Amino acid sequence: MAEATATTAAQKPAKKPKGRPDSLSLLLNNTLATAGLVVFALIVLAALAAPLLPLPDPDATAPADRLLRPLAEGHLLGTDALGRDILSRLLWGTQVSLLVGISATLIAAFFGSLIGLVAGYAGGRVDTLLMRGIDMVMAFPYILLALAIVAVLGPGLLNALYAIAVVNIPFFARNIRGIALGLSRREFVDAARLSGKSNAQILFIEVLPNVLPVIIITMSTTIGWMILETAGLSFLGLGAQPPQADLGSMLGDGRKILFTAPHVSIIPGVMIFALVMSINLLGDGVRDVLDPRLKSGALTRPVARTAVMREDVPDVTPRPDTVLDVRGLKTEFRFGGEIYKAVGGVDLAVGQGECLGVVGESGSGKSVTAMSIMGLVPTPPGRIAGGAALLDGEDLFAASDERIRKLRGSAVSHVFQDPLSTLHPLFTVGDQLVEAIQAHQPLSKSEATAKAADLLKVVRIPNPAERLKAYPHELSGGMRQRVCIAMALADDAKIIIADEPTTALDVTVQAQVLSLLDTLRKEKNAGILFITHDFGVVSAICDRVAVMYAGKFVETGTTEEILNSPAHPYTAKLIDCVPVLGEPERRLDAIEGRPPVVNNLPVGCAFAARCPRAQDDCRAAPIPLTEMGKGRTVRCIHPLTGDDADV
Amino acid sequence: MSDAPLLSIEKAERVFGGGRSLFGQPKPAVHAVQDVTIEVRKGETLGVVGESGCGKSTLARMIVGLDAPTGGRIVFDGRDLVAEAGHDLRRLSREVQYVFQDPVASLNPRKTIRTILEAPLRYLLDLDRPAREKRLGELMDAVNLAPEFLDRYPHEFSGGQAQRIGIARALAADPKLIVLDEPVSALDVSVQAQVLNILDGLKDQFGLTYVFISHDLSVVESVSDRVAVMYFGRIVEIGAGKTIFRSPRHPYTHLLLNSAPAPGRRSLIAEDANTELPDPYNPPPGCAFYARCPRHTDECNRAVPPLAGAAGDETHRAACFHPHESK
Repeated sequence: MAEATATTAAQKPAKKPKGRPDSLSLLLNNTLATAGLVVFALIVLAALAAPLLPLPDPDATAPADRLLRPLAEGHLLGTDALGRDILSRLLWGTQVSLLVGISATLIAAFFGSLIGLVAGYAGGRVDTLLMRGIDMVMAFPYILLALAIVAVLGPGLLNALYAIAVVNIPFFARNIRGIALGLSRREFVDAARLSGKSNAQILFIEVLPNVLPVIIITMSTTIGWMILETAGLSFLGLGAQPPQADLGSMLGDGRKILFTAPHVSIIPGVMIFALVMSINLLGDGVRDVLDPRLKSGALTRPVARTAVMREDVPDVTPRPDTVLDVRGLKTEFRFGGEIYKAVGGVDLAVGQGECLGVVGESGSGKSVTAMSIMGLVPTPPGRIAGGAALLDGEDLFAASDERIRKLRGSAVSHVFQDPLSTLHPLFTVGDQLVEAIQAHQPLSKSEATAKAADLLKVVRIPNPAERLKAYPHELSGGMRQRVCIAMALADDAKIIIADEPTTALDVTVQAQVLSLLDTLRKEKNAGILFITHDFGVVSAICDRVAVMYAGKFVETGTTEEILNSPAHPYTAKLIDCVPVLGEPERRLDAIEGRPPVVNNLPVGCAFAARCPRAQDDCRAAPIPLTEMGKGRTVRCIHPLTGDDADV
Repeated sequence: MSDAPLLSIEKAERVFGGGRSLFGQPKPAVHAVQDVTIEVRKGETLGVVGESGCGKSTLARMIVGLDAPTGGRIVFDGRDLVAEAGHDLRRLSREVQYVFQDPVASLNPRKTIRTILEAPLRYLLDLDRPAREKRLGELMDAVNLAPEFLDRYPHEFSGGQAQRIGIARALAADPKLIVLDEPVSALDVSVQAQVLNILDGLKDQFGLTYVFISHDLSVVESVSDRVAVMYFGRIVEIGAGKTIFRSPRHPYTHLLLNSAPAPGRRSLIAEDANTELPDPYNPPPGCAFYARCPRHTDECNRAVPPLAGAAGDETHRAACFHPHESK
């Protein structure tokens, strides 16, 4: 089996270029889960083999041979008070316990999931009725409820099975209902409705497949618990009836003679322990593999700063007139055996009070560039593979963690796209501003609060003292983003890295936030590194623009130059895509094809495959960034000149 | 364009919340859409513009029958949809389809594209297997996707491709009207142009009518014959696209046009202007734009201004007591 997985693991990367390991090898990576799987498999095999093995009849009594110790002749694990062979009873009993546990789980999963699905999908009154019913079942202590059910139906293994299944229905129902509730409000459910599907069809064809992993996870984590409960009921004499063997009843039989013949109770006890433990370990492993949240890497917590493993360090002599000077920045992500070169050698410089825009499509590496500067790219899987970032001449990639912590939020601060997820929902904006101020300045609480109010005034929030007491959800999107900008200004930032700060805002609000940023950078003399995908936004605020494609800058220059006479064919095409207000007749030119994936970049120009001007030499060798005038560079050997730029 | 409207919305209203609690306390109610009257003629594209929270998506969901208006009527091709969609959505879905904003979220992650596209063919048109197979080929061809993609799963597609699948699904039932709810907002500009061009081609090819909802003025301008501007659940201005963009009458439309970022233009708007929407639980008695409006007078805060035609052009209507005069 180990061999088989080794070969599949080896074949995988060839088959799937993503290199993401499949579910089984992920599970086998987890040592505990593998141990659980092995133990569980052994127990199941042994229990299944019970009829085939040369075992004595488990129910045959032999009073002469009663209470033999383990390793007695003919009885490997000894005999019990009636002289029955313990090994035989143990294997048969395990078989019964497993069967009951698994069937109870299946029954509970079926009915619980059904109730949960219907309640979550229907919502409203149906949901209330079903869930209040479930709440009532949950209000009883489970063992009491099981006892009551068995009392009504009479003792017996089958009745115990029903009782345990019923007791566990709420567990499934509540879990599944939560998931189904979320899924039912998703757009694909609306889409299915518009495709003509009925409610039942939507519920079972559309929603159920998405809930299935959760059902399996819940089953894998409850099955051990069910076996314990079966054992508990049998121990009390309400489950398996004599002479039938079952782990719980064996334990119950041995209880009275615990001190005279401990092996009679210890052996089934150990078996219950091994069985439940192995199932739980395996269940946890299955959950880790199947749960999408854990799969997405929530279990691998990134470290506080991006790992720096530079293969080449460029010359770090400071240049005058620049605050932020990034040279040859390379950032990579490693997934499995693949290296994704998200940023492949970027040079940029931002002067005092200057705004540099970085424009590109999604996936071009513009955000990773911005995040790399202060080491905010998550490691693992990210790492800085080369280059330097100089802040006033100081190499940030060589600085200590402590130094970076000091600089974050003070000299270099960030404004992110979604202010609602950037601000903490449980603290007032005042608390958060005060925290940001006190992190860098030794001010008392009242001084910091006064400064926070000043900051809100700086970002033009009316009535700042009152607004400090507001929670983020009480503010509009524009106000929230102003709070984030205020926070970025908390300690005289030299550089503000703004990553799509207005993309989530409405146009009127966007226009205001842009003017605010524009005024503030002049007032505070702070440089802005402005990441965006929108050429309109670039014109509103940026002095210079860098166009990014597949992890590299393809063109840099002043905003006017780039917009009026783009030299790189990609820039020209990108500008042609943008619909312009007041020119509705303009035909929109789409760029055919897709950007290359950054783990498999071509040798030559990354845009060649989509470029109308591409020739053989474009694909032959890497294209250098060539100077086309002061501050104007382009990564193209057949650039557009002024004459044919309009064509 | 014929004269009879394909879709006419009469005084549509949608209130969320409301009613009374168990103990007779009135619950707060929000008017998401109020007093909206629009006619859409066959073959035209009506653009609906507005900012988040203005009720444009609620309007869209009512047109396709995913939500029912609490007042007013929505009549499609002479039939009252409100009454029909409640018990049989399928009849409406054969005529009116919807394209979602988030292309990936609107495709079930566990279904292949074939299964997704077959659903409307099977449940709305009752086609048999060979007919479905033929239609699938046509659909993929119409949105310019290779037929091999049919057996892939949604996560294998880029945003633009996924949106084209969304459009193919809307086309599948051969509808007369398609409501496009922010169909390109989630896409990169380069891809946005692709999708807009495809939509344009399909409209001519299949004689479709579009209701195109977006917050992006330049996109709406490039696709729409007529435009309705919504603010706070009401239509504040409606008219031919060219007229509205050349000489807007409502001050809000002016603000929108001046705020839109455009290549080669710096922002024209003051950074401390009031951008707050009124409290939806406590709406103002008069014009909802009153607090932000540079032209407001006391009259505006007393009564809601009606939609009134411009001097020379009855089709260009604005809900304002002091509109900008047409140039």
